[in-house]
Amino acid sequence: MTAFLIIFIAALFAISIWQISKIVSLGKAPEPDSDAVEVANDGDNKRQGQYMLLFGIGLYALMIACFVGYKDYFLPDAASEHGGEYDDLLLLTTVVIMVVQVLTQGLLHWFSYKYHGRKGQRALFYADNDRLEFIWTAIPVVVLAGLILWGLFSWNDIMDANMDDDPLVVEVYAYQFGWKVRYSGSDNTLGDANVRFIEGQNILGIDPTDQDGMDDQVATELHLPVNRPVIFKFRSQDVLHSAYMPHFRAQMNVVPGMVTQFKFTPTVTSEDYKSTEFMTEKVRKINEIRRQKSKELIADGDVALDPYEFEYYLLCNKICGASHYNMQMKIVVESEDDYNTWLETQTTFEKTLANAEN
Amino acid sequence: MGQAIAVTADQGHEDGHHHHKETFVTKYIFSQDHKMIAKQYLITGLIMGAIGIAMSVLMRMQLANPGEPSMVFQALLGKWAPDGVMDPNMYLALVTIHGTIMVFFVLTAGLSGTFSNFLIPLQIGARDMASGFLNMVSYWLFFISATIMIGSLFVELGPAAAGWTIYPPLSALPQAMGGSGLGMTLWLVSMAIFIASSLLGSLNYIVTVINLRTKGMSMTRLPLTIWAFFVTAIIGVVSFPVLLSAALLLIMDRSFGTSFFLSDIYIKGEVLAHQGGSPVLFEHLFWFLGHPEVYIVLLPALGITSEVIATNSRKPIFGYRAMIASILAIAFLSTIVWGHHMFVSGMNPFLGSVFTFTTLLIAIPSAVKAFNYITTLWKGNLQMNPGMLFSIGLVSTFITGGLTGIILGDSTLDINVHDTYFVVAHFHLVMGISALYGLFAGVYHWFPKMFNRMMNKSLGYVHFWLTAIGAYGVFFPMHFVGMAGLPRRYYTNTNFPYFDDLADTNQLITYFAIATAFAQLFFVYNFVKSIFYGKKAPANPWSSNTLEWTTGDKHIHGNWDGPIPTVYRWPYDYSKLNEDGDYVIAGQDYVPQHIPIQKGEEEMNH
Repeated sequence: MTAFLIIFIAALFAISIWQISKIVSLGKAPEPDSDAVEVANDGDNKRQGQYMLLFGIGLYALMIACFVGYKDYFLPDAASEHGGEYDDLLLLTTVVIMVVQVLTQGLLHWFSYKYHGRKGQRALFYADNDRLEFIWTAIPVVVLAGLILWGLFSWNDIMDANMDDDPLVVEVYAYQFGWKVRYSGSDNTLGDANVRFIEGQNILGIDPTDQDGMDDQVATELHLPVNRPVIFKFRSQDVLHSAYMPHFRAQMNVVPGMVTQFKFTPTVTSEDYKSTEFMTEKVRKINEIRRQKSKELIADGDVALDPYEFEYYLLCNKICGASHYNMQMKIVVESEDDYNTWLETQTTFEKTLANAEN
Repeated sequence: MGQAIAVTADQGHEDGHHHHKETFVTKYIFSQDHKMIAKQYLITGLIMGAIGIAMSVLMRMQLANPGEPSMVFQALLGKWAPDGVMDPNMYLALVTIHGTIMVFFVLTAGLSGTFSNFLIPLQIGARDMASGFLNMVSYWLFFISATIMIGSLFVELGPAAAGWTIYPPLSALPQAMGGSGLGMTLWLVSMAIFIASSLLGSLNYIVTVINLRTKGMSMTRLPLTIWAFFVTAIIGVVSFPVLLSAALLLIMDRSFGTSFFLSDIYIKGEVLAHQGGSPVLFEHLFWFLGHPEVYIVLLPALGITSEVIATNSRKPIFGYRAMIASILAIAFLSTIVWGHHMFVSGMNPFLGSVFTFTTLLIAIPSAVKAFNYITTLWKGNLQMNPGMLFSIGLVSTFITGGLTGIILGDSTLDINVHDTYFVVAHFHLVMGISALYGLFAGVYHWFPKMFNRMMNKSLGYVHFWLTAIGAYGVFFPMHFVGMAGLPRRYYTNTNFPYFDDLADTNQLITYFAIATAFAQLFFVYNFVKSIFYGKKAPANPWSSNTLEWTTGDKHIHGNWDGPIPTVYRWPYDYSKLNEDGDYVIAGQDYVPQHIPIQKGEEEMNH
C-alpha cells in the first residue's frame, strides 16, 4: 500500500513538473500584446480554466477515494446507549455537508472553466438580487435550525448526569502520565479527597477521616458492568488531561481543582465488541501490518511486535507533557457477575490504610 | 476631472508630507511611510512563515516515521534529537511554536499588517495613516516580539511547549515540563509585546478609515478590502486586550504566587500552595481572543479575495451590501462563540447549548459570502491571473473547511471529535490554508503596486497548482484519520496498535506536506527575483477601479504627486453599460472610482 502511494505521488509530481516545464516554455513565448506583460492572456485564461475544471473533477475523485478507501477508519458502532443517537446525528450532518460540498465545489470549478476570459467577451453587470440573497440566507437558517435542535436535545440528554437510575459512581483520576480508577464501594458514595491527603499508599488523596471513603477501591483498569449507567467523576492531580473514550462517544476534560463528570451506559461487552465482523476484520488487518513490521524489525535485530487484540481504551486527549502520547488505560465491559468477581479482588481503602500502619 | 475640488479639500493635509529629505535609515528602516511599513511587515511575515512551515515539516516527518532517526533532525534540532531521534518535548515545542508563529506572526501580522497598512491609505485616498509614527512603532514592536519568539527556541530547557493555547497548569509549572520555564516566560513576554503592536496598528487603521477618506468616499463606496480591514481592526481592539490580561494573570501565577488559574496541585511529590483558581477561567479568557482571532486572520483574506475576484471577473462583486452585512455579522458573532472550544472543558453544559446556537448562527453569513463569490464568477469574463487562482482556491478551501465546522460547532458531535485530527484538518483548511491563499492572492495582485514590477505569471501558476493539490492532499485525508479518533499533539501513535492501520495515511499526508512546502520555493524565487528583475509594471496592470492604481509609478511618501483624487462611484463598476448598451467608457470595461458619472449612465444606489 505504502509503495503504491509513493508511486502515485511520484507520478503526480512528475506530471506537475512536466506541466511546469511546458508552462514555463509557453511563458517565454513572445507576448502578442507587449503592453500586457505578465498579465493573463486568452491562452492563459483558457488553460487555467481547464485546469480548474480538472481540479474540480480531481477534488470529487479525492472525496470519493477517501470515503471508499478510508471507510474502515470510521469508528465502529457505538458501545454506549447515547452513542447510537450520536452516530445518527453525525451521519445526517455528514450527508448534509457533503451535499453542500458537492454542489458548491461543482459550481465554483465549473464557472471557473465556463466563464474563463476571452477577448471581446462581455461580463454581465449583475450587482445584486435580493431574492437570491434571501433564498441562500433562508436555506442555511432552516437546515441549521433542524441540526441545532436535534443537537441540543441530544446534548441535554447526554449531559444530564442525574442519579435517578442508580448509576454506578466511579472516579477516574489522572496524573502525569497515567490513570487510576476509584470505585465507590458498597455505599456507592466516593469518600472526600484532596491532593493534600496524598501520602504513601494513599496515592489518590482520599480523606482518611471520611467514612464514605473506607470501602473505596482503587484500581488500574476500568471495569464496567454492561447495561448499567455509570457516572464518572474526573479528578486530576497536576495538569489538565482529557478522558477520551472514543468507542463510547464519551469525553470530558479532567481539571485540577475541580470535579468534572460524564454519564453513560455501556451496552456492549468487550467480548461481544471484539467479535463483531468489523472489529475482527480491522484487527486482522492491523495484525497483518504488525507482522510485516515485525519482519523488518527482526531483520534489524530488534524485538518483534506483539500481536494485537482489541480492548476498549481510555486515552488522554489534552496536551499534558512529554509522555502525553502514551497515557492510556484499558477498559473492560463485562457481565454484572464478572464485574463483581473482579471487584472483589481489589483492595479497599480501609485495608490499604491498615496495611500502611503495619 | 473633478480634481479641482480635491485640491481645495485636501490642501490642509498635504503640507509637510512632500519633499522631506530621506536618509537610508528613515526610508528603509525607521520609515513612517505606510507603504514601506507594509513591505516590512510582509517580508518579516514571510520569513516567519518559512520558519513556521519548516517546523510543520519536521512534525510531519516525525509522524510519518515515529521514533526513527533522521539526519535532518540531527542537523536542525541538535541536542533535542539525540542520535537523530526527536525528543518528545521537542515535538510538543514544535507544535506550540508552529501554531503561535502561523496564527500570530504570519496570518495576523503578516497578512493583516501588510495589507491593512498598504491598502487603507491608498484605497481610501489618504496620504498616509493617521499616525505614521505609531505605525512605525507598531512594526518595530512586532519585530521585537518576533525576535524574542525566535530567541526562545534556543533556551536551555526548550521553548514553550504547552500548545499554542498555553493552558495552565501545564504552562504555569516548570515542574510539569521543561518548556514551561524560561521558554514560556519568553513566550508570554513576546506575546505581550505583540499585543501592544497589534493594538497600535488596529487603532491606527480604525482612525484612518473613519477620518481620512477622500472626498466622495462614503462608507458604502469603500472597497470590501477596506471594510474587512476596518472590521478586523475593531475585533482586534475588542479581543486582544483580553489575551493580554490572561497573559498577565498567568505571569502573576507563574512568578508571584497568585492563584488565578491554579488549585489543588500535587506535582513531583509536592503539594503546591495554590488554592482556589480555575484553569477553566483561563480557557474562557484565552478563547475570548482565540476565537475572534480566527476571524482576524480570515476576514482580511476574504476582503482581498472580494477585491481580486471582482476585478478579475470583470464584474461587480455580487451583493456588495450583503457582503458588508456578513462581515459585520461575522464580527459580532465571533465575539460570542468562544465557548465552542470548551464544550468538554467541564463548564456548565447549559453554556454549551448557548454556544452551539451562536456558533451555528455564524455559518449563515459565512454561507452568504461563499454563495456571493460563486455568483460573482457566474457569467464573468474571468482573467486567470495568479491572484485570481488563489482567490478561487480560497473559496474552495473556505467551503470545505467551513462545512466541517458544522460538526465541530455542535456540542453533541464535538464530544467525540474534540481534539482529534478532525479538528486539525478543519481549522487548517478554513483558516490556515484559506488565509494563506488570501495572502498569496494579495501579494500577486498588489506586487506591481508595491515594487513597480510584475511577478512572473508562469511561476505563479506553478506555485498555485502545486499548493492547491498539496493542501487538499494533506488536509482532506486528515479528516478521516480524525474520524478514527486519533488525538492531535501525539508524538507517536505507535503506543496504540488500534491506530496502526492509519500509518500509511499519515505517511501519505507527510509526503504531500513536504512537497507542498517545497512548492513554496517557486514563490520565494519569483518574489525575490521580481523585486529586482521583474518586468516593469504598467500603471494599472489588472485594469482595476480602486484608487491605488491612480497614483502613477512614483513611490513617494504622500502617495499622490498631485492632489488626492475625488471619488464619484463605488469600486465595482466593471462591465457596466450605459443606456445605449455600450461600456460606460467606450472601449474600456471598467470605470475607476475617480471618474465622474458619465452621460447616459444610470447611477446605482449602492
